[in-house]
Amino acid sequence: MRLSGDSRASMARMHYMKRAFPIFLMILPGLLSIILFKYLPMFGVLISFQNFSPFRGVFDSEWVGLDHFIRLFTERQFLTLLKNTLVLNLIDICFFFPAPIVFSLILNEVRLRWFKTTLQTVVYLPHFVSMIVVVGVTVVLFSGEFGGFNQFLESVGLPRYRGLGDPDHFRWIWLLQNIWKEVGWSAIIYLAALASIDTTLYEAAGIDGANRWRKIWHITLPSLVPVILILFILRLGNFIDVGFEHVFLLQNPLNLAVSDVFDTYIYRVGVQQGEFSYTTAVGLFKSVIGLVLVLSANAIAKRSGKEGVY
Amino acid sequence: MNIRRLSGNERYVDIFVYSVLIVWGAAILFPLLYVLMTSFATENEYLTRGFFVIPREWTWDAYLYLLANDGFSQSFLNAVIITVVGTAISISATTLMAYGLSKKWFKGRSAINFMVVFTMLFSGGMIPTYLVVNEFGLINTFWSLWLPGAIAPFYLIVMRSFFSSIPYELEESARVDGCGEWRMFFSIMLPLSKASIATFVLFYMVGYWNTYFSALIYLNDSDMWPLQVFLRQMLVLNLDMEQTASLFQQEIVYTPGAKMAAIVLSALPMMIIYPFLQKHFNKGFLLGSVKG
Repeated sequence: MRLSGDSRASMARMHYMKRAFPIFLMILPGLLSIILFKYLPMFGVLISFQNFSPFRGVFDSEWVGLDHFIRLFTERQFLTLLKNTLVLNLIDICFFFPAPIVFSLILNEVRLRWFKTTLQTVVYLPHFVSMIVVVGVTVVLFSGEFGGFNQFLESVGLPRYRGLGDPDHFRWIWLLQNIWKEVGWSAIIYLAALASIDTTLYEAAGIDGANRWRKIWHITLPSLVPVILILFILRLGNFIDVGFEHVFLLQNPLNLAVSDVFDTYIYRVGVQQGEFSYTTAVGLFKSVIGLVLVLSANAIAKRSGKEGVY
Repeated sequence: MNIRRLSGNERYVDIFVYSVLIVWGAAILFPLLYVLMTSFATENEYLTRGFFVIPREWTWDAYLYLLANDGFSQSFLNAVIITVVGTAISISATTLMAYGLSKKWFKGRSAINFMVVFTMLFSGGMIPTYLVVNEFGLINTFWSLWLPGAIAPFYLIVMRSFFSSIPYELEESARVDGCGEWRMFFSIMLPLSKASIATFVLFYMVGYWNTYFSALIYLNDSDMWPLQVFLRQMLVLNLDMEQTASLFQQEIVYTPGAKMAAIVLSALPMMIIYPFLQKHFNKGFLLGSVKG
């Protein structure tokens, strides 16, 4: 039987549809979740150009142009939010970022297999605990009369530590908790890179008389550089973000001057005080800066000859 | 002479390496062990004895107290429901979608891929998401936690690249034998990807079990609160109180033992599960996937 071109094409289409339909059904639930709860809110940012009223809806609320953005930039709070975000990120990049690299280099020198795997199990543990547990453990260790660590300090004749709610200590407590919780887990990626180093390189270096420091310096470290670069660029792309849940947990009325960041501000003014339009504008400002940062970081990565991340 | 000097050098490296790691391991374990041990102490021991790690007298009192506390047991139950149902929803949606998107011949694949990646770069923000969840009537239901977070884009991408790495010949020969897409997924792809699915089940579980911020915004009714929100109430808000010289009256004062036991019960489940799956994420599956 001969088929015309048209009906052959339509048969091919039928055939494709039949094959593609199950795949479409498989993709659908996830896709719906993304469309409804990620993309719909993206269009919801329209309300930052309105005086949104939940009763009138997005279409009937009054349009006010850039009023909310002007309010954000002229608000006294704005500089505080920006400063706190930058300072926390700088602290994080200077002290947290290098920690997993150093940790994985040290762990890589361990020859006893059981010691290595046991230690890995231990340092990954805190990653699986919630931030509330971390903050809570800090509280039961350092606060009040029964704080365990304070009792220990007292028993050896030292003064109690009373800095838990102290605004001056906030940033460092935040950093230390981050280090305690995530350094081990963040090292996974470096450890994987280290595991892929060709061992014959070390043997050859050993024959040439290189000691361990030299091997670390000339073989181990250079092989980590590409991973470090990629992660560093990714990290720069997140400069407008701070682990919001963590900051939120450590926040109290006394340390607001150092702990208030964009997201906690949005929560306080938006969710608690109901200023939806204004805080949507704050969120949009943050998202746009974030997008620009990630894309520029990625462009830099590509230009420097490395594969981009996205 | 040269050789001896080198081996001496090596020994110093070893001493340095092992002492740093032991100190670091101890710094991680000590707070956890301290909380675990002292959760078995009697209330009297807290009041009378200064610093201790191992209780003189062991008791389950703190745990019994928590179980009898309606707020705690309700929130524990809520957390179990949220975690079990949420993980089931997330892992099914993610696995199915990742498998679908691994089909190179599927039209619209790259557009959907782009949509997924873009959600990692840009978001509508907290308030618009809140309004959408509210608009769908999900406030004060667990669906507000399950539906918006059903897909973690990063896990989806990792899984998709896993499915893509399965040779196409396998799929082709199955199709020649008359195997449909659904059967292919369930009887060929799923068994092949057991290990990576198990890993993501763990990650999703940890995510749901530890979730608190979404619960805090979306669940107003304290009967619906999961464990973490209750724990925050119990541990962290008390801190505020101390610092702000009790601006408002505290409803219940928890004993130190009850606080310790609550921390143990909220941290233990995930800590017990994870070592079983450790070998999978040690393989460095994250490495290849840093690049979306």
